[in-house]
Amino acid sequence: MEEEIIISGRMNYKVDPGLHIWGWEIAFYLFVGGLAAGLLFFASYYYLQGKEKEFPAAIKWAPMLAPVMLALGLGALFLDLHHKLYFWRLYTNIRLTSPMSWGAWTLMVVTPLSILWSASWVREVFPNWDWKFKFLYDLEAFFIKYRKVMAWIMVFYSVILGIYTGILLSAFNARPLWNTSILGPLFLASGLSAGAAVIISFTKNELERKLFSKIDLVIIGIELFLVIHLFMGLMASTAVQIEAAELFLGGKYTLPFWIFVVFLGMIVPAILEFLELRGQKIPVIIPVALILMGNIMLRFIIVYAGQASRYLY
Amino acid sequence: MRYAMAIDTKKCVGCSDCVVACQLENNVPIGYCRDWIVETTSGTYPNLELENRSERCHHCANAPCVRCCPTGASHIAEGGVVLVTPDECIGCGACIASCPYDARYPHPDGYVDKCTFCIHKVRKGEDPACVQVCPTNCLYFGDLDDPNSEVSRKIKERKYKRLKTEAGTDPQLYFLI
Repeated sequence: MEEEIIISGRMNYKVDPGLHIWGWEIAFYLFVGGLAAGLLFFASYYYLQGKEKEFPAAIKWAPMLAPVMLALGLGALFLDLHHKLYFWRLYTNIRLTSPMSWGAWTLMVVTPLSILWSASWVREVFPNWDWKFKFLYDLEAFFIKYRKVMAWIMVFYSVILGIYTGILLSAFNARPLWNTSILGPLFLASGLSAGAAVIISFTKNELERKLFSKIDLVIIGIELFLVIHLFMGLMASTAVQIEAAELFLGGKYTLPFWIFVVFLGMIVPAILEFLELRGQKIPVIIPVALILMGNIMLRFIIVYAGQASRYLY
Repeated sequence: MRYAMAIDTKKCVGCSDCVVACQLENNVPIGYCRDWIVETTSGTYPNLELENRSERCHHCANAPCVRCCPTGASHIAEGGVVLVTPDECIGCGACIASCPYDARYPHPDGYVDKCTFCIHKVRKGEDPACVQVCPTNCLYFGDLDDPNSEVSRKIKERKYKRLKTEAGTDPQLYFLI
């Protein structure tokens, strides 16, 4: 058999024998970033539709989680940096060719905006809330007045945030699994699905729950389509991409991916939500928990498997 | 000016002198390396072929690490040499993930480190440390834009290959075969 044996003398930390420069921090951030993007998108979209009364969970309650998620995500990103004290260098540069630079600046817009959005609703959600100082009440009135402007900015930036979590990875041509433009839409869809799931778990209103169950069903359908497309694309590509796809089609990520991400994270919750819409009594927490689990697993598996995929010598 | 290196795989014996010279010259932390030896055996027994390669950063003309760097710490210096400015590097790892040759590593001090073609020596008119010490004289460093430089002449005279050109990096290490 024609073979090639490669012996390398290199043994650099986190690079050899297999790349492991990114760990749980990045996967966790991609999850919470996607979830926050989903929450903020639905909040601003339905606010702009004037559905404030009909969908209180989507517009007022659920987005309160977004600043918390983004803060946790930023914390994880900070932990991931090796040269931590220099993190501010991200904000002395705008590098158009670097997705990470785009992401850093997007977060710079979205994070404060999500805090202001939540603050402008906080007295409606918690009636006993007291701002303590008069100037805070004045500020609140100011932001309530400009909610519409905030919603317009947020509806765009939440989509950028959701897509960027995938594009961050797809910009690396050295890692064939990541190097596909499907990853952006896939992560956006998955973030929106997580956002819809959280809204379903928050709502007490039948109309809102039904709507977001339907939205979730459609998004899961899109996600399944994108997953199939991802593998079709990889399998129809060059040797390194085929090898990357094989990590999921018989390789070591096959079981975790197809069982936890696709079956338990997409198909089962979709069936449960469908049955629920048909009038079956199903505790809403089950599909919601499954969707969030599938979301986390998708991020972890893609981040880890991507680093296992590489160019051959 | 376009700095490049040619590596004669027929002359390389894989002694790792270049690796040690680099570690000493550039104060590379113990357990890390900026250049390394790769030994490949290919073919069908008994018709086997052995190749030794002294590898390092390929100082790509289309460098993905420079494209992905969010702060501009990774940049292209004179002669197309790819360098990292430690004080601008946040250690995010984007360049490490973007390098198809895995030529970069996180330095224990936090920033990302890699081969510099010994630019501090080259600026003084000297050769990189690995080139200086090679006992079989199999490494050639120079300016490709100068047709009379040793590296230009070697590439003209000999057959060569570059690694992973399919990754679109336009690498500047030429392996003479």
